Amino acid sequence: MSGTSSAAKSMNLTLHVWRQAAAHAPGGIVDYPANDISPDMSFLEMLDVVNERLTEGGQEPIAFDHDCREGICGSCGVMINGAAHGPMKATTACQLHMRSFSDGDEIWIEPWRAKAFPVVKDLIVNRSAFDRIIQAGGYISAPTGTPQDANALPIRKPDADLAMDNAACIGCGACVAACPNASASLFTAAKITHLAVLPQGQPERSTRARSMVETMDLEGFGGCTLFGECQVACPKEISIDAIMQMNRDYIMASATKVELGEWAGSA
Amino acid sequence: MTITLDAKIPAGPLAGKWDKHQFDMKLVNPVNKRKFHLIVVGSGLAGASAAATLSELGYNVSCFCYQDSPRRAHSIAAQGGINAAKNYRNDGDSVQRLFYDTIKGGDFRAREANVYRLAQVSVDIIDQCVAQGVPFAREYGGLLANRSFGGAQVSRTFYARGQTGQQLLIGAYQALEKEIAGGGVTMYERHEMLELVLVDGKARGIVVRDMVSGEIESHTADAVILATGGYGNVFYLSTNAKGCNVTATWRAHKKGAAFANPCFTQIHPTCIPVAGGYQSKLTLMSESLRNDGRVWVPKRAEDSTKEPSQIAEEDRDYYLERKYPSYGNLSPRDIASRAAKEACDDGRGVGPGGLGVYLDFADAISRLGRPMIEERYGNLFEMYQRITDEDPYTRPMRIYPAVHYTMGGLWVDYNLMSSIDGLHVLGEANFSDHGANRLGASALMQGLADGYFVIPYTIGHYLASNKFEPVTTAHPAFVAANAAVEERTRRLLSINGTRTVDSFHRELGRIMWDKCGMARDAAGLQQALELIPKLREEFWRNVKVPGIGAELNQSLEKAGRVADFLEFGELMCLDALQREESCGGHFRTEYQTADGEAMRNDEQFAYVAAWEYAGEGQPPILHKEPLAFENVHLSTRSYK
Amino acid sequence: MRRLLLFWGSTVGKKVVMAVTGIVLVGFVIGHMLGNLQMFRDAEAMNNYAAFLKSTGGLLWVARAGLLTAAVLHIIAAVQLTLINRAARPTAYVRRDPQVATFASRTLRWGGVILAVFIVYHLGHFTTGTFHPAFSHRDVYGNVIIGFRSVWVALFYVIAMASLGLHLFHGVWAGVRTLGLQQRSEVPIQRTVALWVAIVVWAGFTMIPVAVLLGVLN
Repeated sequence: MSGTSSAAKSMNLTLHVWRQAAAHAPGGIVDYPANDISPDMSFLEMLDVVNERLTEGGQEPIAFDHDCREGICGSCGVMINGAAHGPMKATTACQLHMRSFSDGDEIWIEPWRAKAFPVVKDLIVNRSAFDRIIQAGGYISAPTGTPQDANALPIRKPDADLAMDNAACIGCGACVAACPNASASLFTAAKITHLAVLPQGQPERSTRARSMVETMDLEGFGGCTLFGECQVACPKEISIDAIMQMNRDYIMASATKVELGEWAGSA
Repeated sequence: MTITLDAKIPAGPLAGKWDKHQFDMKLVNPVNKRKFHLIVVGSGLAGASAAATLSELGYNVSCFCYQDSPRRAHSIAAQGGINAAKNYRNDGDSVQRLFYDTIKGGDFRAREANVYRLAQVSVDIIDQCVAQGVPFAREYGGLLANRSFGGAQVSRTFYARGQTGQQLLIGAYQALEKEIAGGGVTMYERHEMLELVLVDGKARGIVVRDMVSGEIESHTADAVILATGGYGNVFYLSTNAKGCNVTATWRAHKKGAAFANPCFTQIHPTCIPVAGGYQSKLTLMSESLRNDGRVWVPKRAEDSTKEPSQIAEEDRDYYLERKYPSYGNLSPRDIASRAAKEACDDGRGVGPGGLGVYLDFADAISRLGRPMIEERYGNLFEMYQRITDEDPYTRPMRIYPAVHYTMGGLWVDYNLMSSIDGLHVLGEANFSDHGANRLGASALMQGLADGYFVIPYTIGHYLASNKFEPVTTAHPAFVAANAAVEERTRRLLSINGTRTVDSFHRELGRIMWDKCGMARDAAGLQQALELIPKLREEFWRNVKVPGIGAELNQSLEKAGRVADFLEFGELMCLDALQREESCGGHFRTEYQTADGEAMRNDEQFAYVAAWEYAGEGQPPILHKEPLAFENVHLSTRSYK
Repeated sequence: MRRLLLFWGSTVGKKVVMAVTGIVLVGFVIGHMLGNLQMFRDAEAMNNYAAFLKSTGGLLWVARAGLLTAAVLHIIAAVQLTLINRAARPTAYVRRDPQVATFASRTLRWGGVILAVFIVYHLGHFTTGTFHPAFSHRDVYGNVIIGFRSVWVALFYVIAMASLGLHLFHGVWAGVRTLGLQQRSEVPIQRTVALWVAIVVWAGFTMIPVAVLLGVLN
């Protein structure tokens, strides 16, 4: 039985963790031993064990964001040994298991770093900039009511699939964290693409692209230089093809005259 | 104060009740709507859809969530799908059939009128979500695809890969963000509700803790809407998110909201089994897997430690197909879960501790080919492999039941108002639609039905029917509630004992799972009712909560939630003890047929058990709302 | 005008400007390289080619102005984007391991700086003659041969052309993608195109100083 009988092979690790008491407090790396760690633990369960021991020893546990622990809520996310969400492809920190590490390893754990994601405490950052990018136009205006029958609008399967690929974004911020420019292009582009390939998304397509791109800039994210780090870090494997779509839509939108008031943009 | 339960079900034939009621309800003049301030607690499917819709109507809304963004509420984790009586497959579905399936699936412990309305608005939900851009799965012809789910013989489940909850929530979240941008909704992220405030018997506000600064704040409103989800984390291990808690509903309960059927909890049959003592949560594998997977255990206990490939076909017991030939692997959740438990109790369980059964895709892969299975379940298979390090394409999955959903919740009337005036409760937080067992793909349906299509009407009726004196946070009721929260926080921080919050939570969870889990009996429940108060007493004497109140303090957050679970767990056991029958997710071993099926007792227990809080140290008071079945015939559920 | 300013104000707009000006400059570089290869025919061919370019008169100045504008816009956008990108991460990671970023993409900015220095030197070297030991306005062929007899000068050219190659490898690819010109595909064709453009341009330019040093051209 692979993977289920490995409790015996427990590991001893050394953690180097960023600790910072509050947003404006100074921070630094603090070392902690993490002994008797089972390879079947998730990365966050390993942190739970360390925290339990810290608490029992009268120290403050390491603060980190987490919630669903099944890779879909997007709450968790830390830099693990210099990679967003750690070494496994298409895997959030909560789904990363300790079998990816070996006995004696040293693990560096840091918060996402971006001007637009200020540290709140320890490994927790404020990602509300993402919400504001969505507010700028990441939606289809369809107030609750009685729209037409759902099947009145057939959508080609490839379009629906492409929309879904991009809608799979969990808003964790790994793309920003991994980008050498701390750019939010992949996040923004994924939403633009999700809505741009659906017929329902057409009426607001131009205003959406302009407004979201400009909000992304105003929030203090960097620009895209196509390093490709974001799509590797993305736990949902969203392709940087989305960024091409965003640029195309933005160029088209800039060439189109926008009626006054139609555009709730930031400028 | 004593509670009177009036479900306020409109008169008239079932099919016309909601239409008639919509017409009978009072309306709020459009220009007056913005003068009303509403509080919505929770931003999942129910909360986000309600907050967005109420803001669209013109109300002034404040929405609170404990996560760092409303997009993270646990509705996001629902995988399989959402039911709707669209009958797009032409396979005989209808509002009436969805209604009947839901009532029957709930083992005849839900209100007919509420369930019928749910089935009626289910079709509008799909239309609404498509209009918002939810990328539901489609056929090559461009029309919406469907799949089957447990407890139904029609194909009525709409889905977006294995991420339906995520996509529906993102749809509601985007509508919410649009309203936030427009100023109709003020969003308070990382804020946890810790108290409900009543003024003159009406819910008029809440007290929250800003989880970043630690500040205790009061917020006033004309009505309060709770959409704070279920209480599955009372078991410590569940498929709920780590932060899910009972605090908001429990605080409301202690202020006078009746808590209905708390013992009705759903154990989901297809979760990844526990791997070790450090386990922090359980992961669900969508029930949709049972469309193509076959459940089995070895026929002989001595085979259970063998590799599955070493067990010959004739030595395998496909027990669901054997016991329930007409529904087979698609039997309802409670039945499938209990059957798994029986197999494991029988010594035939597989994997660590013998707590697992196989879910085998070998037949489906040979029949449909691997690419088709990848298309349908690829992401679920990947998730399984990440967690267990086993490849489900070549080796059957191991699954075991886990706590997943709670049908019980705050009692509400037909208008979704609790026994406190002005306090409305939506989604999993209320008790209303699923009876003793919820069918798969019905939670998303109920959350969105409540938020998009019910509360926007009924809240208007409440607001138009009442007079509201202006209140401020200086009102004595707010000052007192605020002081109570401060005091409680101070107490938790000052104990400085020796045990961590999690250790108490784990111990409570073990008691609940052993005594009030998949199978219950009077003796066990009575034991639990002795153990829980003792544990609670130790908690308040010996818990260790490091740090201070005026900062981000995750230990303090957990401590407050576990303190409430320690009170709530007792009510759950009391409720399970008084319900001397087996129905749906509530299985009392004393009440079963000769072949081990649940034995319902309609004469004595066809009621909603609604508990009233009677004060510190006082036993809660049981109120019974009788359930009248005028449109369905009460039958013994049979999926054979 | 407002729309144009907004466009230029955004990071996407600046990237588009860089892509468009980059394409202009790539076009020039390829033409320039092809022209340079006249060196391998004989001195007369090279000098005739140079004389032909000069004879176009006003047109030459229009082209020069266009190229200058493109280069200036390209550089301004690059500098501004670099500043924006630096500011977007005020606190560096203690440890960061790039996963896929290529050497070319990570050295793009320094390569650009080398190229800018090179262009100034190159203009002074072969166009105005300011930095040339024995400059002749008529004998372009001779200028090249004499110019590259200095090992250091030739080496600088070789290094500069290597950074041009790397710059093109990431730049051509990124430029095409930025403009969103290609349809989706698993292995983007621009990667291959960019690689060949980079190799051909690098080889075409590098051949000349190397040939002079080796005595093939004299």
